[in-house]
Amino acid sequence: MGSVGAKEVPVLLSPEGLRIDGRHLEELRSIRIVAGALHGADGSAFVEWGANKVMAAVYGPREVHPRHLQQNNKAIVQCRYNMAAFSVDERKRPGLDRRSQEISKVISEAFESVIFAEEFPRTSIDIYIEVLQANAGTRCAGVVAASVALADAGIPMVDLLPAVAVGKVGGAIALDLKKEEDNYGEADLPMALVPQSGRLVLLQMEGHMTREELAKALDLGVTGCRAIYEKMKQALRDRYASGGGAA
Amino acid sequence: MSDEVSAEILTTHLLDLAAKGQRMDGRGIDQYRPVSIEPGFVETADGSALAHIGDTTVLCGIKLEPGKPFPDTPNAGVLTTNAELVPLSSPMFEPGPPHPRAIEVSRVIDRAIRAAETIDLTKLCVTPGEKSWVCYTDIHVLDHAGNLIDTGMLAALGALTHATLPNKRFGIAEADTSLEVNHFPVECTFARLGDAIVVDPSVEEEQAAQGRLTIATDEANRIVAMQKGLIGAFSPDDVKDLVERAFRHGDRLRAVARKGGSG
Amino acid sequence: MAHGNRPGRPSGGRGGSPSHSARERILVLPGEELPTHGLRPGTGTYRTSGKVYASVLGFVQERPPFVQVTPLSGRYIPKPDDTIIGYVADVQGTFWLLDIGAPRWAPLHMTGTPWKIEIGETDRYLRIGDAVVVRVENLDPTGRIGVTMVGEGLGRLEGGTIVTVSPAKIPRVIGRKGSMIESITQITGARVAVGQNGRIWIDGTPEAIVQVRKALEMIEGTGHRSGLTERVQELLRSSPRAAPTEKVRLPPNPSRPSLDRADPVPGDPEETEPPADEH
Repeated sequence: MGSVGAKEVPVLLSPEGLRIDGRHLEELRSIRIVAGALHGADGSAFVEWGANKVMAAVYGPREVHPRHLQQNNKAIVQCRYNMAAFSVDERKRPGLDRRSQEISKVISEAFESVIFAEEFPRTSIDIYIEVLQANAGTRCAGVVAASVALADAGIPMVDLLPAVAVGKVGGAIALDLKKEEDNYGEADLPMALVPQSGRLVLLQMEGHMTREELAKALDLGVTGCRAIYEKMKQALRDRYASGGGAA
Repeated sequence: MSDEVSAEILTTHLLDLAAKGQRMDGRGIDQYRPVSIEPGFVETADGSALAHIGDTTVLCGIKLEPGKPFPDTPNAGVLTTNAELVPLSSPMFEPGPPHPRAIEVSRVIDRAIRAAETIDLTKLCVTPGEKSWVCYTDIHVLDHAGNLIDTGMLAALGALTHATLPNKRFGIAEADTSLEVNHFPVECTFARLGDAIVVDPSVEEEQAAQGRLTIATDEANRIVAMQKGLIGAFSPDDVKDLVERAFRHGDRLRAVARKGGSG
Repeated sequence: MAHGNRPGRPSGGRGGSPSHSARERILVLPGEELPTHGLRPGTGTYRTSGKVYASVLGFVQERPPFVQVTPLSGRYIPKPDDTIIGYVADVQGTFWLLDIGAPRWAPLHMTGTPWKIEIGETDRYLRIGDAVVVRVENLDPTGRIGVTMVGEGLGRLEGGTIVTVSPAKIPRVIGRKGSMIESITQITGARVAVGQNGRIWIDGTPEAIVQVRKALEMIEGTGHRSGLTERVQELLRSSPRAAPTEKVRLPPNPSRPSLDRADPVPGDPEETEPPADEH
């Protein structure tokens, strides 16, 4: 993710085992999820997660343009993950760079793994993720926002898709890295879980870990995803249990 | 949820209503939707503001970075304005290179900022001919319910008004300083519906409009930019009349942009 | 908002007939296991490893032999015999494509109209942006939606305006046995045609249209609570009564859409004890 300014490596883990922002190793940053944040989309959600701010919108299922992309037996699921120019320390040129394109692809495939796309042949389900303020873990925040937006849009799927990154900082496995930990830590392992089946549909890794550390990181990630899952469900209940919603 | 196809029946209805001095959402011909602004929405930006006009939501972030001044203005900083009409914000917007519509929004806002001398560019000079601040004004549309130019300008003005020069980050000075804003331009957009001309058109009104006119004014009673858009025409008398209306709305919009909150 | 709405919580207000408001409906989210009570998985559900789960966000309904989830959001999903409002999105030589707010556009063939049309003259009858009332005739397995404009109350709409609400709220707009929509038209004097796809055509004085619009906003926002009909009547009566429509236009008087989705609570006497709150 690159950084500007101070190049000195900060102390990521105190002797007491506390992290740079005072969190314990297995502690998530604060998360706030708002389902139905936009008026014009079929479904939408806004996620504030630590210092991340991410908006997601879903359009569809709808007619496919251009038509040659149509699939006769199912809907195509297309995700576009984009970062606003001002969302990072150094201004990012508008438009999708290679990193954004790769993330868009793995997120599209993660959602294709849980959406019942065959219910809507020859249509397109378009997922748009806009990162407005980035502080490590934006693809996970994007998956969480997009998943809530998909449920808000009434898209049939196996389950919601909680996501979180686990990493290695100061030699220890830690849940939900923030920017300094991501920049200076030893590993980063973002994942998205299907709680119903207990399987992972998004998994990437950067850095280095031992087998034992990876096993621990996977377990910690699953635990983290389950905690985030509850917050996602609560956001949807807040919008729909009161009978409102679908503005 | 927005429709992908605009129904002709709505156009006829809007024209009928406008002829009677009414609008679909119950507003008066010369009435804005609720206007509000949240400055400082994005911490990674050097200045930012989230602006709402009705359901339209636009986020603007300012980034200030050192760069090279243009050869013909060695003592001045550089100002660039860019608008992204991302497909998240409307079923009408598609992914891909900037649509002419996005370019129009950014250029109309850019002209107002420039002509009003909102920022004294000479104050953005660090070393003449070598180093000066580049002020990137990025306008990110989040929810399109009509009138992107006014909402985008409001977000941009709110962001500029609350921006900081990040001197420390780039080793230019010991302390960060506020970006000095000298003038406060706002845009005011009108749409023609038959003989009536409504202010702050909704997306349906934009689709039905027989011409759109945007007038930017500043607090020094200057007209600093104009843009006629869409298919349709205005008489010189229309324009003179709309200028007066633009000044009246301008004062209130300026107050919102400068103070934050709603108005 | 945000007042810990949980499945099984008894409803707050108790207006209307107690048999319908006494039990809170159970809101489920994709991935949540459903209590099947021996029923088979229906729409909005899926089965895996012998268990049944919700696939969409909605209310659980027991419709023996099925347990299903009625979605609370999402695009309109066409059903045969639904009366709906479409906008012409494209004109071809022998048919038009209608945007009906569904995942796919619906072709309206020229033989499905009351007019005698020569091939290639379709755009003399309906143009892009025209609004029409049509009926869903059939759905083929490839997802094609067959619609017709031949029938009572079907045709091109002229005058008035169209308001869009979530298709999930249409049963509320209609009300029990049409009571809600009757109240609205009687009190405001407006003419209203409700499409099952969430589009509602309103014609009348500008004041009447504004009143209907307000009533619809209220229904969209609070449609779950009981006593809604009374509260909408109150809202409409509290503003000055609108003069009846002065001009009456033809043809639209679409036959009242079927009411099978208007029933707020499924008639399933077995389901007395809501399952425990797992969250």
